[in-house]
Amino acid sequence: MADLRNNFAGIRSPNPFWLASGPPTDKAYNVERAFEAGWGGVIWKTVGEPVVNVSSRYGANAYNGTRVAGFTNIELISDRSVEINLREIKEVKKRWPDRAVVVSLMVPCEEPIWESILHQVNETGCDGVELNFGCPHGMSERGMGAAVGQVPEYVAMVTRWAKQHSRVPVIVKLTPNVNDVLFPAQAAVDGNADAVSLINTVASVIGVDLDTMSPLPEVNGKGSHGGYCGPAVKPIALRMIGDIAREFGPDLRISGIGGISTWHDAAEHIAMGAANVQVCTAAMHQGFKIVEDMIDGLSNWMDSKGYRTLDDFRGHAIPNYVRWENLDMNYEIVARIDQDACIKCGLCHIACEDTAHQAITARTNGTRRYEVIDKECVGCNLCMLVCPVENCITMERVDNGKPYTQWSEDPRNPANRVAAE
Amino acid sequence: MAEQRDIAAGRLDQAAYLAGFSIDAKVPLDQGRALIEASRCYFCYDAPCVEACPTGIDIPSFIRKISTRNTRGAALDILEPNIFGGACARVCPVEELCEEACVRDAQETKPVSIGLLQRFATDRFFETGEQPFARAPATGKKIAVVGAGPAGLAGAHRLARLGHAVTVYDAREKAGGLNEYGIAAYKVVDGFAQKEVDFILGVGGITVETGKALGKDLTLDALRRDFDAVFLAVGQAGVRAVGVSGEDIIGVEPAVDFIARLRQAADLAALPVGRRVVVIGGGNTAIDAAIQSRRLGAGDVTMVYRRGPDDMGATDHEQEFAKTDGVKIKYWAKPVRFMGTDGALTGVEFESTRITGGKIEGTGDTFVVPADMVLTAVGQMLVDDPITKNAKEPLSVVGGRIVTDGHGRTSLKGVYAGGDCVEGKDLTVQAVEDGKNAALAIDGDLRG
Repeated sequence: MADLRNNFAGIRSPNPFWLASGPPTDKAYNVERAFEAGWGGVIWKTVGEPVVNVSSRYGANAYNGTRVAGFTNIELISDRSVEINLREIKEVKKRWPDRAVVVSLMVPCEEPIWESILHQVNETGCDGVELNFGCPHGMSERGMGAAVGQVPEYVAMVTRWAKQHSRVPVIVKLTPNVNDVLFPAQAAVDGNADAVSLINTVASVIGVDLDTMSPLPEVNGKGSHGGYCGPAVKPIALRMIGDIAREFGPDLRISGIGGISTWHDAAEHIAMGAANVQVCTAAMHQGFKIVEDMIDGLSNWMDSKGYRTLDDFRGHAIPNYVRWENLDMNYEIVARIDQDACIKCGLCHIACEDTAHQAITARTNGTRRYEVIDKECVGCNLCMLVCPVENCITMERVDNGKPYTQWSEDPRNPANRVAAE
Repeated sequence: MAEQRDIAAGRLDQAAYLAGFSIDAKVPLDQGRALIEASRCYFCYDAPCVEACPTGIDIPSFIRKISTRNTRGAALDILEPNIFGGACARVCPVEELCEEACVRDAQETKPVSIGLLQRFATDRFFETGEQPFARAPATGKKIAVVGAGPAGLAGAHRLARLGHAVTVYDAREKAGGLNEYGIAAYKVVDGFAQKEVDFILGVGGITVETGKALGKDLTLDALRRDFDAVFLAVGQAGVRAVGVSGEDIIGVEPAVDFIARLRQAADLAALPVGRRVVVIGGGNTAIDAAIQSRRLGAGDVTMVYRRGPDDMGATDHEQEFAKTDGVKIKYWAKPVRFMGTDGALTGVEFESTRITGGKIEGTGDTFVVPADMVLTAVGQMLVDDPITKNAKEPLSVVGGRIVTDGHGRTSLKGVYAGGDCVEGKDLTVQAVEDGKNAALAIDGDLRG
């Protein structure tokens, strides 16, 4: 039986599934329901000078019948007072000593203000603090959130203040709304952060109401940009987490956030270097009970793979996460279509015919027969991806006898041709 | 003493009549369900469903348009190739056509509900009251159409769009053909058949003359003389006799007459029905008659068919539907004689059947099913007499069907035919295709 206990930069929890800072962790009532459901920890919704939130606040992408494929919000930090939040945090931590209770913080960039709030937070008995340098909307226009996270010097500066005044581990939450996440990550490291968490939401406009001509979500006929999250952003998160894990190695603890709805998503985050994960949108979509399968599914999968602890596979995809020029130029695959499984939808053919390499037949002797023309197939995967039948199209390796060759050594590289001449 | 024949009207309360005849056999989709169902369509390339539709509706296209909420576009994708898209959405045996071909059926034995989606798109469109089709400049050509059923009206509509002046004749009082007189009431509730006729005629250029029967009020020779072309869409007005003794006993009648009476009844409670009804036959007419007599309050309805369930003209789906309504289906038996006392029906004697050497034969075992009413539905046929009798030139009719060249052209120049009176699937959707094709052939021939 896999051991899911998690020690994240000194913060202990019975499992790696934490609720991210957001509406689900706004107050004691929700957090205690989450703990009852089995969540390992929470990042309490960002505490700071109370704000006023608008109505409405959320928007979502429905795609081909799937609700909430992507989600956006224009909600700000907690609209409840610092005192009430900290009092509840203290009470909850007391009642749930085995769970991780981390307080997300966002206050203006002045050391006395950070010092003051951290001293109050220290009194709650919480397990850690997370510095919200990520929020892309509303707060950033007031010089907080992503406005800090996008300037490495500010990240390092505020992190230093936090480390100086906090008695508990400091996690720096990073924004994806930057060109290269390695710079703010380096700044967090420079500021002596105990860990980083990412990604925060992606600056976005979820849609436009074509009747009112208002961007969504709509507040009395007007909309402003929000933060995008949910299943759609997982690829962005995996890439940024992978970049940081590759650059800084396993000693920098990363809390993975972004598009995690299932144990499988979580396992992918961990394989790309996350030491634990945070979830928000999936819980907002289907409630706290989803954690049961997250725990159970991850445990069963780890058992099936022989992984005893989370560290047994943390970052295991990182050695294989290479730059393009390190890929094997001689690796060759072609598509194979299982004619017995084929339901004759023709999607593989039309995708290849219209948009790829004209490598799949349509009809043979008047009847539908979708077959790969090997000499035209470049092994791009498109047909396999569009096929609605699981395992009907597979990619098969072609044994061409050629050795592993990366681009720098490839004779087709113009640089090599010039050198040879 | 002869047993009293139990045949009576008003067997049910008003609510039961409403439930039996005014509620859709299939629950229509609302917007939400339509979106969910539309999302199941894979938007196949070279889609098998399109090939399975006699009118060739671009099904993936119209379903995609439903999914993007372009409902008008979806409806026009349907109505352009099939002006009876609304009726077909209700009466097509989709389980043998588009939905049987759906790749989802191959994948998970649950095809996309194409019929219901087609109904959704066309219903929403008809609600707008828009007339989407315009007529081409007048050609000066006059065309006569005989028969105002799906084939005749589909042909007339296409001809009118192409700029021709069309006169449609029908022997009945109303246009619509089987949609108005033959289809089970619960398949076309809320007067849909007449609404659809109005929509089709709304294109303009079509004059309908009802109560005009070929052979009585009209002759083919006169039509050929007075019009540039004639399209025969006369259907199968004749009813096949069972051909056993006692068929003239009161209480035995063709199912089509019973259904027509029912469809035209102002008050269903005034319509008499037997307590024990026997329906002879295995097609959709037999099923429709059986279900509707149950729904009129018949306590005991038995369908008897001389072969097995797989041989029936009625689909599995229709047979199941009938059984759900409490209709008993007895396979492998053929009628021997209708039985009566003092000219009043008492029952039907049947003989069990079996297949020997590929041929159906009686086993010698007989049994009697008591009945107060018998509805016969052993087939309909072309009544060619009014068309061919005394004609200057003979029209070629083979096997009870008018012979055509595949584009609706008959053996007579300027005379075209389509629908149930020609060889092919006797389905509304096929009739529509025939009408459309004949119109295109007429147009092409007239333009030379």
